[in-house]
Amino acid sequence: MVAQNIFFGIIAFVMVVAALRVVTTKNIVHAALYLVIVLAGVAAQFILTGAEFVGVTQILVYIGAVVVLFLFGIMLTRARIGREVEVDNEKRWLAGLVALVLFAVMSFALVDAFEDSRIESVSGGTPQLTSEVSDAIFKDYLIPFEAASFLLLAALIGAIVVARRE
Amino acid sequence: MWLNQFLILGALLFCIGVYGVLARRNGVMVLMSIELILNSVNINLVAFGAFNGTPVGQVFALFVIAVAAAEVGVGLAIVLLIYRNRTSIDLDAADLLKG
Repeated sequence: MVAQNIFFGIIAFVMVVAALRVVTTKNIVHAALYLVIVLAGVAAQFILTGAEFVGVTQILVYIGAVVVLFLFGIMLTRARIGREVEVDNEKRWLAGLVALVLFAVMSFALVDAFEDSRIESVSGGTPQLTSEVSDAIFKDYLIPFEAASFLLLAALIGAIVVARRE
Repeated sequence: MWLNQFLILGALLFCIGVYGVLARRNGVMVLMSIELILNSVNINLVAFGAFNGTPVGQVFALFVIAVAAAEVGVGLAIVLLIYRNRTSIDLDAADLLKG
């Protein structure tokens, strides 16, 4: 369990630094590439909690598809590849204040509510089987699953209709 | 592993994403910050699923991933349309509805 905590700390530190770079860097292509680090870190955290299937899905969907979509968006909106001057608005100190206050409130509430409850004390620290996930999706959550597939179809058609040239 | 270490990591990523949404004026960068927010929620869902010993947290995380994929597709199409109509994706300049 100590090794897990050490690796959690390393991955979390890398993720937070990369996330800060995503929201502060002036170069939009670099922001997309830092986003890859954050998404890979999230996948690593999923695997650390024993959620293998979600971790692999995270890599396939986010790093494989969403980031490529972002790079296409950057290319099609012809953002300059180098540094851009005006990517933040003037009132960003206000945004920083909002984020800091939000984090203070949230972390106080979390520490207050879940003081030192441990994950492995309940589930035994065993990985959750992918077969259990599939059973849950195709038994209890079949209708939400179908709704999600319909949503994806609608979003696909909607994106094509919106972005098409007449 | 404590439950709180995942929850506080999620809260930190969420707040960084909120800062990005508020401070950025480039449309694509705002969408990237929204992805940070959605990912922090996924960390929370999976951590709570592991805490309670059920696969339901993972099921909800998968739904969130599907919705995020749909959101980024439509969002980038809208940003593309804004660029085509105004030759700029500066969101502060897109204030046509402002009174």
